[in-house]
Amino acid sequence: MAHSGRRDSPELPDFSLLKRLARDQLIYLLEQLPGKKDLFIEADLMSPLDRIANVSTLKQHEVDKLYKVEYKPIISTSDQVCFLIRPRIQTVKWICDVANADKAAGKFRRYKIIFTPQKFYACEAVLEEQGLFGDVTTDEWAFYLLPLDDDIISLELPEFFRDNFLAGDQRWVRTVGSALHLLHSIYGPFSKIYGIGRCAKMAYESWKEQVEEGDTKARQAEIGNAFLIDRDVDYITPLCSQVVYEGLVDDIFRIKCGCVEFGHDVTSSDKSVKVMLNSQDKVFSEIRNEHFSNVFSFLSQKARNLQTAYDKRRGMDIKQMKTFVSEELKGLKQEHRLLSLHIGACESIMKKKTKQDFQELLKTEHSLLEGFEIRECISFIEEHINRQVSMIESLRLLCLLSITENGLLPKDFRALKAQYLQSYGVDHLLTFANLRQLGLLVEQQPGETLTVMESKVGKLVNDKTAGKLTDAFSSLAKKSHFRALSRKLNLVPKSDEEYDLRVPRDMAYIFSGAYIPLSCKLIEQVLERDSWTGLEEVTKLLNGHEFAFTGSNGADLRAKSDAQRIILVMFLGGCTFSEISALRFLGRERGYKFIVVTTAITNSSRLIEALLGNKV
Amino acid sequence: MMKNKPDEEDYWNSSKFKAFTFDDEDDEFSRLKESKQAVNSIRSLVEEEDDEDEVEKVSWSGEPVGSISWSVRETAASNQKTQREHAFPKINASSPSVSRSHSGYSLSSLFKGKTKPGNFQPFTDSLSESSVKLYAPELRKPKSESKDYISDWSPEETIHRMQQGKVVSLERFRSLQDKLLLLDFSVRAHDGNIITAVLIHLKRTLSKEVLFRELESRQTALRHFIHYLTEIRDHRLLLELLRALGRTEDAALLQYKEHLNIEDESKRRDFLKSCLNLPFSPEESAHVQDHYTLLERQIIIEATDRLAEHAGKVEIFQKFPRRASILNMPLITTLYYCCFYHYNEPEGTYSSPLNIRHTFRISEKQYFVTVLAARAKLKAWSDLDALFTSRNWLGFTKKKSPLSFHRVVDILQKNSAPTQVLQEYVGLVDDADLRIGLAQKHKCHDIVINTYRDLKDRQLLLGYRGKVERGSAEERKINDLLDSPHIRWKN
Repeated sequence: MAHSGRRDSPELPDFSLLKRLARDQLIYLLEQLPGKKDLFIEADLMSPLDRIANVSTLKQHEVDKLYKVEYKPIISTSDQVCFLIRPRIQTVKWICDVANADKAAGKFRRYKIIFTPQKFYACEAVLEEQGLFGDVTTDEWAFYLLPLDDDIISLELPEFFRDNFLAGDQRWVRTVGSALHLLHSIYGPFSKIYGIGRCAKMAYESWKEQVEEGDTKARQAEIGNAFLIDRDVDYITPLCSQVVYEGLVDDIFRIKCGCVEFGHDVTSSDKSVKVMLNSQDKVFSEIRNEHFSNVFSFLSQKARNLQTAYDKRRGMDIKQMKTFVSEELKGLKQEHRLLSLHIGACESIMKKKTKQDFQELLKTEHSLLEGFEIRECISFIEEHINRQVSMIESLRLLCLLSITENGLLPKDFRALKAQYLQSYGVDHLLTFANLRQLGLLVEQQPGETLTVMESKVGKLVNDKTAGKLTDAFSSLAKKSHFRALSRKLNLVPKSDEEYDLRVPRDMAYIFSGAYIPLSCKLIEQVLERDSWTGLEEVTKLLNGHEFAFTGSNGADLRAKSDAQRIILVMFLGGCTFSEISALRFLGRERGYKFIVVTTAITNSSRLIEALLGNKV
Repeated sequence: MMKNKPDEEDYWNSSKFKAFTFDDEDDEFSRLKESKQAVNSIRSLVEEEDDEDEVEKVSWSGEPVGSISWSVRETAASNQKTQREHAFPKINASSPSVSRSHSGYSLSSLFKGKTKPGNFQPFTDSLSESSVKLYAPELRKPKSESKDYISDWSPEETIHRMQQGKVVSLERFRSLQDKLLLLDFSVRAHDGNIITAVLIHLKRTLSKEVLFRELESRQTALRHFIHYLTEIRDHRLLLELLRALGRTEDAALLQYKEHLNIEDESKRRDFLKSCLNLPFSPEESAHVQDHYTLLERQIIIEATDRLAEHAGKVEIFQKFPRRASILNMPLITTLYYCCFYHYNEPEGTYSSPLNIRHTFRISEKQYFVTVLAARAKLKAWSDLDALFTSRNWLGFTKKKSPLSFHRVVDILQKNSAPTQVLQEYVGLVDDADLRIGLAQKHKCHDIVINTYRDLKDRQLLLGYRGKVERGSAEERKINDLLDSPHIRWKN
């Protein structure tokens, strides 16, 4: 991308230190268990573990065999077994079953559970109830933060979203506070910390408490400001189809822990390939933030350059050839490999998207965002449901409709829900209950349509006219918070202007110029004002819970260091690759560098899947 | 953004969007194809020069040899082997374990402050001193080992100590007031772990009635308790709680959810029947009733069809063997199945599509979509003809559809309908531009030619001649039209 922004963006801190800390602590924990041991690893911990350690690290510390936790009887012959798990009651129950089965069989073993990132009392209560407290010992591995890339750090806790927002369980609040504390201790002190959302506020308080408990010394700060934001402040953005390359790849192939598996349709061979997607991939790093429509031209240009580079060999003498082979060939081969992978991925994306009428889908999304031709959108969604097109997509569109319109008309709600249950199963009654609880898919309440203004007007005129007025108003009164927010923050750019996706002028480019992500716009506004002042109406529409505090550390905060332009943004409940791309864009424009910390990378499918109710 | 341009073609080709479309006809896509060709042309060149290990090294594979995920799979595989061969004396199938190195790379020694001499570079070197101070004490003493002396901590102090992972005793708090103070302080600390810990204690030491009563006014604690009960799967207590709180609809849903745990279909059906009396809202109640009725029918249909299939006397089951059982499928899938296997049955039978349509109040549009998809799959074009044909009072027939005809074409095309069939439905599309577009896409030449003729557009017709096959009937037709003296061309 031709960057028009400032060129003097500051250097990012080195986050590989976080990996080393985690690895060293794991080694320490393993050393606490002398002798040979078998290690059982929870499935969703394997990829994060792979990013920081490898088998030989574990073998060096007397780990004999490695197994995945599968909730089945174990076949280990070792007399010492260690479980590396998330603090989940079901997993602990399984371990109790294993230990009790051994006991019954008269087999003696030593058991150790290492909880990461922390243990919960509820898990220990299970050990106690099963009569194993003490027989099974426990420990904690404070592996809070996994750097996925130079500017992305993940807590790898996808369950945060459901636990916190749907169940209202605050078990991860302190975890987030501790993660922030870790970053603050190594890369801080932060000069300012802003935030919005109930959980963000609590996490801030938890962090502050932990800061006060420990002793911190003044240090050269590497991160200036921090911004915490709850996912429920903005559900619209993660529910939209992603059209920026990295987001699109995530939507279609699912990037897991910074790694994607491309199937044979991409590799055009019979085996699939796992590829790390990060800034080290020279091809990927140039296209990841681009709107999909620009990716083609970039890749074809690259392909041409590559061909030229190879063509240089013609007419070379032996000596030149030797230099070519030793100096350039390896790089070219690498580039060639990456290029053909990404071209294959693009092709596969195009095929899939053409098949599912992506164009019409995007048109519907954009209409919903703009509040235009809602009837057409509803019939599009209805048809989607009738044809049993993806169960997740249908829900996603229903949620988008509901949030943008501030709820569905009772008549529409009932009809769409009934058809949904017919197409995808009545047990989705449970899913609808979840979505209602979260406010993602609701019916408009008759009372809500009356605005203050309307009732005032009603009092001024006689009853008959008031009735008519109410009718007239009820269509107008359905101004949802999203519409109001969208107007106040200019989230939907004016439609009559041309939007060149090749030279984006604002963050809306990540959604084809149709919408500026609310989350990122808030961040932009607060950073610009250096406070929430002037955004009172906006925060009121977002249910408040905004805060801004100045750091109280002894370090010289006024120092005009580069660190002041490094901004940590923490998403509680997940963030999307599109949001990361938008922030990178904002950073280039304003001379900032953003570090995105998130409880997990999310997208529309993950968000909706977390809320399905028809799972046992 | 498209207020002035309602047409979707316009929308996508408007300058704002730089004519980018997800259409395979697109220029960009062909450019992509070109670049692919370019890359592929180099491929042979690269591969001949590739040495194998080079490829391995370059691969940014998430699971290179030596990764943990790889090793777990290896163990699993070797275990399968040992299981299969377990009649033989046990052989340790594990990979040779690397003996522990004594190089002094030990972290425990580091934290005990006696780093052994050698070339070991402590990782803390790059850390500023303060962060060492910060983490080292944490590592030195795992929390489980720290046993503090328990004295008379206040509820607030107790909560604080629990947050730090220190051992406390909650048994001392015996009065209700103390217990509730514990709970309220834990809520104030925003630490769900501690809130749940206190709740577990209260659950053990308070009667349900008292606990439920106190939770009613403490929403945060209540939500934690509900989540905890859900996680330990104590449904009985959870139901009691919800009922005590008067949340009858939540309780009903929770009870209904139980059906997911019942594998046996008859038991599941009976369970669903028992759910009909639960206090659902009238609307939800109708859905649950449908669920029960549907499963009841599926059981009957499944039994009959399985027999018919085994007997081998019904042609359709021979020609298109059933891929899966119809049990527990959604209603529309069931309707599709019945349209596929039982289309012409009289309305009196359970498996008749019409019967299903009436029993479950399926909308006309939904019904059409499903029949269309099922009959198109069977290539039963005459059924479709009948489906769309309606007769008016004068006896004239007319094709009608609750679904726009361009959607119909779309569904037909996805089921690889032949051109003659497509042509008929493309011709029924009202919008001329849309019709032309579809006709061109699906090569319905007659429609394109006739439309251009009606438009008296000689230029377009000339252009289209280049797109049809040489010497074909279509080409002759175009030539005849172009030569015709009766048409007054507009250009």
